[in-house]
Amino acid sequence: MDAIIIQILNGLDKGAAYALIALGLTLVFGTLGVVNFAHGALFMLGAFCAVSFNALLTWPIQPPKAEGQLFAPKAIPFMEHQFGELGAAIVNWSVPLSILIAIPVMLAIGLIMERGLIRHFYKRPHADQILVTFGMAIVVQEIVKKIFGANPIPQSAPDIFNGTANIAAWLGMTDAFIVYPWWRLIYFVFAAAVIGAVFAFLNFTTYGMVVRAGMRDRETVGLLGIDIEKRFTVVFGIAAVVAGLAGVMYTPILPPDYHIGMDFLVLSFVVVVVGGMGSLSGAVLAGFLLGILQSFASMNEVKSIFPGIDQIIIYLIAVIILLTMPRGLMGRAGVMED
Amino acid sequence: MFANLSRNDWLLFLGFSLVVLISPWTLTPFGAGYPALLQKFCIFGIFALGFNILFGLTGYLSFGHAAFLGVGSYAAVWSFKLFTMNVVPSVIFGIAAAGLFAVVIGFISLRRSGIYFSILTLAFAQMSYNLAYSVLTPITNGETGLQLTLNDPRIIDNAFAAPGAGLPQTNLFGIDMSGYPGFYFCAGALIICFFLTMRIFRSPFGMMLRAIKSNQNRMRYTGFNTKPYLLTAFVISGMYAGLAGSLMAATDPLAGAERMQWTASGEVVLMTILGGVGTLVGPVLGAGVIKYFENIFSSFNEGTLHATFAFLPDGLETVAVKLAGLFVGDGWHLTLGVIFMLIVIFLPGGIMEGIARLAKLAGVKRKSSRAELSAGSAQPAE
Amino acid sequence: MNFDKMNRRGFLTRSAALGAGLAVPTIFTSASRAQDYCNMPKGDSVVFGFNVPQTGAYADEGADELRAYQLAVKHLNGEGDGGLLSTFTSKALKGSGVLGKKVAFVTGDTQTKSDAARDSAKRMIEKEGAIMITGGSSSGVAVAVQGLCNEMGIIFMAGLTHSNDTTGKDKKRYGFRHFFNAYMSGQALGPVLAEEYGTERRAYHLTADYTWGWTQEESIINATENLGWETVSAVRTPLGAGDFSQYITPVLNSGADVLVLNHYGKDMVNSLTQAVQFGLRDKQVNGKDFQIVVPLFSRLMAQGAGKNIEGILGTTNWNWSLQDDASQAFVKSFGEEYGFPPSQAAHTCYVQTLLYADACERAGTFAAPEVIKMLEGFEFDGMGNGPTLYRAEDHQCFKKALVVRGNDDKQSEYDLLKIVKEVDRETLTYDPSIFGGELGPNDGKSC
Repeated sequence: MDAIIIQILNGLDKGAAYALIALGLTLVFGTLGVVNFAHGALFMLGAFCAVSFNALLTWPIQPPKAEGQLFAPKAIPFMEHQFGELGAAIVNWSVPLSILIAIPVMLAIGLIMERGLIRHFYKRPHADQILVTFGMAIVVQEIVKKIFGANPIPQSAPDIFNGTANIAAWLGMTDAFIVYPWWRLIYFVFAAAVIGAVFAFLNFTTYGMVVRAGMRDRETVGLLGIDIEKRFTVVFGIAAVVAGLAGVMYTPILPPDYHIGMDFLVLSFVVVVVGGMGSLSGAVLAGFLLGILQSFASMNEVKSIFPGIDQIIIYLIAVIILLTMPRGLMGRAGVMED
Repeated sequence: MFANLSRNDWLLFLGFSLVVLISPWTLTPFGAGYPALLQKFCIFGIFALGFNILFGLTGYLSFGHAAFLGVGSYAAVWSFKLFTMNVVPSVIFGIAAAGLFAVVIGFISLRRSGIYFSILTLAFAQMSYNLAYSVLTPITNGETGLQLTLNDPRIIDNAFAAPGAGLPQTNLFGIDMSGYPGFYFCAGALIICFFLTMRIFRSPFGMMLRAIKSNQNRMRYTGFNTKPYLLTAFVISGMYAGLAGSLMAATDPLAGAERMQWTASGEVVLMTILGGVGTLVGPVLGAGVIKYFENIFSSFNEGTLHATFAFLPDGLETVAVKLAGLFVGDGWHLTLGVIFMLIVIFLPGGIMEGIARLAKLAGVKRKSSRAELSAGSAQPAE
Repeated sequence: MNFDKMNRRGFLTRSAALGAGLAVPTIFTSASRAQDYCNMPKGDSVVFGFNVPQTGAYADEGADELRAYQLAVKHLNGEGDGGLLSTFTSKALKGSGVLGKKVAFVTGDTQTKSDAARDSAKRMIEKEGAIMITGGSSSGVAVAVQGLCNEMGIIFMAGLTHSNDTTGKDKKRYGFRHFFNAYMSGQALGPVLAEEYGTERRAYHLTADYTWGWTQEESIINATENLGWETVSAVRTPLGAGDFSQYITPVLNSGADVLVLNHYGKDMVNSLTQAVQFGLRDKQVNGKDFQIVVPLFSRLMAQGAGKNIEGILGTTNWNWSLQDDASQAFVKSFGEEYGFPPSQAAHTCYVQTLLYADACERAGTFAAPEVIKMLEGFEFDGMGNGPTLYRAEDHQCFKKALVVRGNDDKQSEYDLLKIVKEVDRETLTYDPSIFGGELGPNDGKSC
């Protein structure tokens, strides 16, 4: 029983992460219709916002090399050197704090990317979109590799969130042992909040409504005298920010390296397509479905019946869903079908 | 049988064959004139040609084509291990296995179109890759890849001659398939494939595929069942991939699961788009460019750069080496990324469009290139 | 050009010019070229091929290997401080190149993929005339390239590869490995685990689902079960899974009190980070503190795992904090050249290059069959791992291995591993027949 509950919990956690990682892609790919292979790169850039912020805070103040020493001794982080304990506390909170950096940086990157490149590709074939965004993803990746190297760079959550929460006690189960890491719970809440905010923006604001109208019929909205191009730029910017934030908060779970975006790229596409093109709620639903089923498929009991099932479960579900539901879970007709 | 090939088509074919056959000489000044790379040019040329039959003609973007390449390789190596080191049976096995696999996957995946089709093919390929890497290890030898061993049965070979001391070489009735003979074998296959592709492009079947691309619904309304045509194109394209895979095994008897990974499928997509979707020569060029960067640009190190820029004065030389160093050696990915972007931004039709423009600029109105251009530009990628 | 004083750039320029010269049309020459063996060096230099990952997850490891190779070439050519040439017990090498020829080199990118690695090695052999190939940082690549070199008659000196298969099931006459293997890790680690954690432990294994992972899992299970440990479960995880949480959650209620992570590289960094996050190290099971063990360590992995690796036990082939003369000499020479200490990958690659050069010098020829005879059964010292034997039966080096612990009291940025025990060679020696495989004949080949 404990094992089942904890696997459900894990599935929800994974699902929220998948949904959040795929959310930015749904906005761009599912709605603007641009096949954005640079989505992973945006996720990675977000993660490296956290890395850079931390690196700035801990800029090494090098103590002098002692006589006869071959390598410099351990450096003191800048903040600690300058501000003592307060500085150390700020360094400790660097991951959540770097959200403040990531939002403007990612927004700027998103806007520049859309204005400078993507907007010229709205009417180009998907093949061209793939080539140009993939090319850009490689360039961005290589630049990051030049600066930060290829090795993962560990980021830690604030000390207060280290350790685990006793879920069993919350549920009132006295003799069960169900714990879950605090930081993962926070990621879950964070994902829910961001997804909710994007959802509310698109559904409950006039601005969002116009964007949605523009997605369905760009020309008619344009004829009404609305500058839909500008709104699309804004949507792209938001998508970049969402992808970046997903990356920032994921760093304590997965030490980021320059390749982390590519690793999530395929998964994001699968989530978006299984959810159905053009549907935000579909993507969220698909995220949870894939997360929970993956979690269960990895249990020993299941693996002993179907060896290797955990290796392929994501793709197997994708095949089954796409064959039984022509447009994924909640897709709209006519989007990206030709 | 060749009625629908025009004089220009024949010229293009002869020109193409000539260029392929003399490539060991022409590519030497570029550092690409050695058998292993020349073989790879041909093999990936075949792979991209086949991919283009599906994508270029029907517009169906398969994101799992590497699976067929992988299956072809495995089948070919198993043929070496079980039966004989002769490459002919192995190539036949490779094509057949990939074709069968393509029938199954195509039958299922073609029930959907657009992005849903792409994701279905991607899913099948990723499942094949993941399983081949792990639980199917008894068949695929997993991470290490399927290799020949000293105690393979090789029943046909061993029935005629006692096995030698070391590992045998792959051969074509006694001709060793490593080195230049291997290249000419692959080149022959490429030329045949090019000819077949040209025939398909110019045939009524090719027209039908193009019609499906431009408006499948209209085709259906007129009472055409498009599915058999699509499936045929898919299987042909899968068999090309199988041939490419078995040639990889023939020139170098090893088959690894990485060949089926999504990045490998993505690579052939990029090759085709880079060269020019829907053109005849484009995919082969695209394949050549990507393989060239992978093998040659990655091999430049500081030493080679210093030699290249040795004519510059010292200070300038250091700057030039530093700058160039970003794009070669461990930075070759960067060059590739920049080239993708430049080509797609400035030459929407890929390298073939660049060539067409150059020809126009030079005022050369050679009919063959115009014919090729019209074949390309009449069918935009989508 | 001043030939008396070789500076770095001058050397690089010349070795490259030579590489370029070799690159010129082999097709014109190959037919007429009479040679006794594959890539017989003709001019006044000999070309080594350094095949390392320059892109992908192991790019940093590859960069470190390349640094070591370049340093080795310098030392062979008599530049720099000579490094390990002064401590190496064989005195055949004089710092004047090999057999009177200057050592030049060519490089390539394996991308940590078998196909790319073989392409790259073929380029070095077919186009650039490399007499020997070395490098790699995964077993899949090492086995693939070793197979290729064996077919072409070129000696392959393996870099970082830890699978038992490289010198076991897939051993080849032309392939040699200096690095230790999974079996040795198990033998070295077992007694320390028993000493530190007791003999009544219940272990849970998470294993990368491919050949290297399996051989390591098997080796560790054998070693620990011999000590009285029980294996609760051994679960296979997909390569590159990223998030391993779904495999870690079942550990919580499994009744196990030790988690063994048979992962390498990025997988290990991720699974360890996440296991620590799940509070495993703060847990008490069966009245004992829960422990995590990572059988194979590298400094770069320790760097990637950050604080999470502090206090965790594992093994390495070599570490720069060793105090013997040879290790110190190598660290000094590498450190002065590049400003930071070498990794174990750098060490093994450097040593392999020297060993090959030395074998050629002693054989008096570059012809592979003779060089192989010199390497087989070669007994030496002064390379940082104590007295070492290149065993003739499987081309595996037998020497000391280190049991290390993630350092929680770092003196410098690179002070990541603390040596717990230097395990002697006798403990690690095994019967070559247990892994099967055949070396094949030692016959000359002409490419």
